[in-house]
Amino acid sequence: MARSKSISIIILLVVIALFILSWVIKATTFESDPDRISLWFSVRDAFFITMAAFLTLAIFSFLYKDNPYYKFAEHLFVGISAAYWMCVGFWSTLVGNLVPNISETLSTFFKVPYKGFHFTYFVPLILGIILLMRLSSKHGWISRWALAWIVGTTAGLNLIRYLRTDFISQVSNTFVPLLVDWKGVGPFFSDFSLSSTGQFAMTLSNWVIFIGVFCGLIYFFFSKEHKGIFGTASRVGIWVLMITFGASFGYTVMGRVSLLVGRLTYLFKDWLGLIS
Amino acid sequence: MSSIGLIISFLFIGLGLIWLLILAIKGREVDRRLIFVFIGIAVSVPLLFKISFSEKATPIVRDVFYKIENLPEGSKVLLSYDYGPSMAPEVEPMSNAFVRHALTKNHKVYFMCLWATGQSLVATAIDSIVKKEFPDKVNGIDYVNIGFKAGGTGVLNVIITDFRKMYLTNVDGVNLDSVPIFNGIKSLRDMDLLVSIGGGFPGVKEWVLFAGAPGNIPTAGGCAAVSAPLLYPYYPRQLLGLLGGIKGAAEYESELKDVYPDRFADMPTPGIAMMGPQTLAHLVVMAFIVIGNIAFFVTRKKKV
Repeated sequence: MARSKSISIIILLVVIALFILSWVIKATTFESDPDRISLWFSVRDAFFITMAAFLTLAIFSFLYKDNPYYKFAEHLFVGISAAYWMCVGFWSTLVGNLVPNISETLSTFFKVPYKGFHFTYFVPLILGIILLMRLSSKHGWISRWALAWIVGTTAGLNLIRYLRTDFISQVSNTFVPLLVDWKGVGPFFSDFSLSSTGQFAMTLSNWVIFIGVFCGLIYFFFSKEHKGIFGTASRVGIWVLMITFGASFGYTVMGRVSLLVGRLTYLFKDWLGLIS
Repeated sequence: MSSIGLIISFLFIGLGLIWLLILAIKGREVDRRLIFVFIGIAVSVPLLFKISFSEKATPIVRDVFYKIENLPEGSKVLLSYDYGPSMAPEVEPMSNAFVRHALTKNHKVYFMCLWATGQSLVATAIDSIVKKEFPDKVNGIDYVNIGFKAGGTGVLNVIITDFRKMYLTNVDGVNLDSVPIFNGIKSLRDMDLLVSIGGGFPGVKEWVLFAGAPGNIPTAGGCAAVSAPLLYPYYPRQLLGLLGGIKGAAEYESELKDVYPDRFADMPTPGIAMMGPQTLAHLVVMAFIVIGNIAFFVTRKKKV
């Protein structure tokens, strides 16, 4: 136990020493940079760059196993995010939206243009205060009223938009011509092209959409046993879904690798200066 | 340098994968952390040796590009930065390319964001791209940053009828009525093109649902790769084009360089640069899938 504690302390001292060393080296390399006009800028920027590199490595250290450095970086991130959102909420919602509509004095104080007194803005103000009541164990139930308001209005507003744009329009998007620009068999073969915007590719693409949607819907139709032609169509539906999930997985890998590239670029470029 | 790097990385990764394959055939367990090491190498080596591949824009990317390209000079293009630093490595290359393209075509650019974290990223884009690469462009005349407003889809619901009900000033505190670029602009319907760059909520989908489709306003998007499969169904009728992940960004950068070879000869192309590590990392992932399957069948055979 004592041995593991002393190892932890040694690791901590090494990390601190490396951090300070990196900070000093970075600050001295900045001295020739014309954008950093004084020593203060060099020292400050070097600290932030080294800190960001340290936090990146601390997060990466979780890949080996859970450790105090990872926990430190994680907690710091959560704390800063919460504080950031609170400040943004205050300046954007209270100062940006509420103050210009209820008080000229406050508008002058916060330097935002006064729009005139609007009584209706007290409704969200009161609902906001009610929402905070959940901090009280005795009066917490009142916050449900504000929550109910939020859920109700969001559902009401979204229902129409989603129904029109996400449902009806999406259904109509699947109504595609199965023979694109069809002028007969002769012209089809005489003008045959494998171009992505050509007649063949467009027709094939529309057939894939048609069969994919049709078979995908059959797979989710459970009122009839999946046997015979119905079963075959259902199996095609499964294939369509599997290909979709595969494409999603491929994209997810691409996204995650991009983020890794982003952090490694930071380490190699901004911190270590290995790449230009 | 690039070809040496390519040979070294292929040799190193290839030999390592063969070793893992042998372990898999023998039925030995492989520490999961080895996978991280391989991915780390597959991503680091192309970065250090600057390995990149040529890109060609696909129709879905070309549609966005030529929409901006073919808009008449002085058209109003709204760019919404709906992302934060966590997503920036993936989507920032596309937002930077959009800014460069729109300003090169002398369009009026309106910056805004539905994510609070997007505000500082807009400021960074203005400082590092607009002010440095387009010094003749004037804030308030050629471009404007109206910043962030809380509310997500609620903001869109309001500004589709009236900007001024939600935005009183730009980020510098100047009343919108005093900003020349906003003369004659009442709502989103006065925009010629909406471009949302993001990948979460609210993002491209919400711009289509709450602005583009109901207002019949041309809408394009750039999104994180994770969201791309969910957005493809909106193309081409509801979304005129889409840049899906870093691949989309690389294609757009490539098209920009092809169309403006002189103007953007020295333009940084982080999207294209990222495709080298991407390709190698994907090859490693595919190799791991194959090795994993071999290990599975070998183990099953031994059990039988």
